[in-house]
Amino acid sequence: MANSYFTGIFGRSPIKPLQEHMAKVVECVRQLKPYAEAVVAADWDQAGTLRRSIIELEHQADAMKRELRLHLPNSLFMPVARADLLNLLQAQDSIANKTKDITGLMGGRRMVIPTPLHDLFLRHVQRCIDATEQAYSSVGELGELFETGFRGAEADLVESMIVELDRIESDTDAIQVELRTKLFPLEQELPPVDVMFIYKTIEWIGDIADICHGIGTALQLLLAR
Amino acid sequence: MDHAVLYLTLTAIFGLFMAWGIGANDVANAMATSIGSKAVTIKQALIIAAIFEFSGAVLAGGQVTATIRKGIVDVGVFAHQPELLIYGMLASLLASGLWLMIASRYGWPVSTTHSIVGAIVGFAAVGVGVETVHWGSVATIVLGWVMSPIVAGVLSYLIFTSVQKFILERHDPLAAARRLVPLYMFLAAFTISAVTLLEGLSHIGLPLSMMESYTLAVGIGALIAGLGAIVVRRITVDPGNNRELHFGTIERLFGVLQVVTACSMAFAHGSNDVANAIGPVAAVVSIVGNGGAVGQTSTMSLWVLMLGGAGIVVGLATFGRKVIATVGEGITALTPSRGFSAELAAATTIVVGSGIGMPVSTTQTLVGAILGVGLARGIAAIDLRVVRGILLSWVVTVPAGALLSMLIFYLIRLILG
Repeated sequence: MANSYFTGIFGRSPIKPLQEHMAKVVECVRQLKPYAEAVVAADWDQAGTLRRSIIELEHQADAMKRELRLHLPNSLFMPVARADLLNLLQAQDSIANKTKDITGLMGGRRMVIPTPLHDLFLRHVQRCIDATEQAYSSVGELGELFETGFRGAEADLVESMIVELDRIESDTDAIQVELRTKLFPLEQELPPVDVMFIYKTIEWIGDIADICHGIGTALQLLLAR
Repeated sequence: MDHAVLYLTLTAIFGLFMAWGIGANDVANAMATSIGSKAVTIKQALIIAAIFEFSGAVLAGGQVTATIRKGIVDVGVFAHQPELLIYGMLASLLASGLWLMIASRYGWPVSTTHSIVGAIVGFAAVGVGVETVHWGSVATIVLGWVMSPIVAGVLSYLIFTSVQKFILERHDPLAAARRLVPLYMFLAAFTISAVTLLEGLSHIGLPLSMMESYTLAVGIGALIAGLGAIVVRRITVDPGNNRELHFGTIERLFGVLQVVTACSMAFAHGSNDVANAIGPVAAVVSIVGNGGAVGQTSTMSLWVLMLGGAGIVVGLATFGRKVIATVGEGITALTPSRGFSAELAAATTIVVGSGIGMPVSTTQTLVGAILGVGLARGIAAIDLRVVRGILLSWVVTVPAGALLSMLIFYLIRLILG
């Protein structure tokens, strides 16, 4: 017998679900490091197990994405544009997708990374995971951003986090250049098709950092409105 | 006059029924924002509501009651048949009481104010004659229904923007909050008491000059702010909670502030919604008290207002707890800084409305205030479908109240006349 309509005015806040989705994505990406280590060590059993767990996490993130989308009806009035929010969600989700694709490519081809590249390759993976972690912390500030109305000290804090995210991203760009430079002289001794896909893998791993950069941009857009 | 005791008894019962309904249902919306943000517990909310609804009705309800009693219908027309006015007012009470019961059962966004005004217009225009209605004042009242959510929205936008500018955006928001929260308390307490005192308390034997009123209001404001400052100083920083900017602690400061605005809200609700429910009672009491003479300018009996206040408290005691809990649970999205902005804006708007005798809807004014905070980018998600529902309820409630009261009016005339 309560006048339920009064409570109806408060739509479900999208922030918590958005952050939970990102947490799932980070969990998924973190598996990429042990996966890459398993590939480098040619431990395909271990790699298979890790790939299954990555696929599972990607599915979970997907389900969370769908759930959140369903709860963003057009009638919802939010301090941020609905489109910006959906873009952010899409970017977050594509990190998990990319991770799954990378493991698919490496595992499917039983990819052999040339020994001289091992350390740098693993650092590349680690740096991209760092980028995702940094993006996750930035998204984690969304609640506080809502709290302050997207301005002032909290906005400055997020701004500085995005600057750090950009720094990590350019780091991965540099690592990528270095990896290619090192791979180039080895090309002649390797099967051409394998080399092609090693380049591809390096690029895809770098894509993760690029997407994180995109998340930073999406957050800046939220701040700017 | 015949049946005087019967009329009085029936009116008292119907009036109590109506006030009980308001206490059981309507108060929940007025208090829910404070409970939702966990500024007060349900038990505290019940106590606050009981005290301040009652004082609102008794201290500041007179003008609205007068509007309902003799502002909508031209009481002069009834000079030769005062029974008709009595039947009509009885019918209005019963009709809006019933309509509220039906509506709250289904969770429809109806307002006490709309149904009682609709009911009075209904019995007068159809049961007696179109010319008996003061259409001008009805138009003013309807304008008030449109204006009150807008005014509250603009006010809450300004209040919340000031909170952002002077507190939340600062580099040390916690220090800013400690400084300014008592100031906001002063503002809330001063505004509500100034409006109430200026409107006059002569009906409880406390005539004050304008100067005295302002002085007293400043005194009350300062007292509340002083108490607030003490409480605020005692709140310590939660370690761990919320890293460098301490928003968790800041919200706890606003929680203290929200206790004050919750009181204001209950007071405002009492002064308006209770008063307009008790208006028909006052009409009947005045006719019977004057031996059938209509339109006498007798001062309103204090006991009528007290009847309304008492009805609310009984409603709260019987069903209020459950309803307040249900509604409060649905509003977890509102933090104290937002809840305070919305409540202060709504309470101010409603009390000013009460002061000029304008019956407005508490819930809709509060909804307007919440939208204002939302426009200032203060609320994560507002579902605008509710606004559509409210607009729809305007179209439905007034005719529904009118129709019901017409039917009951004919019925009563058949039985008693």
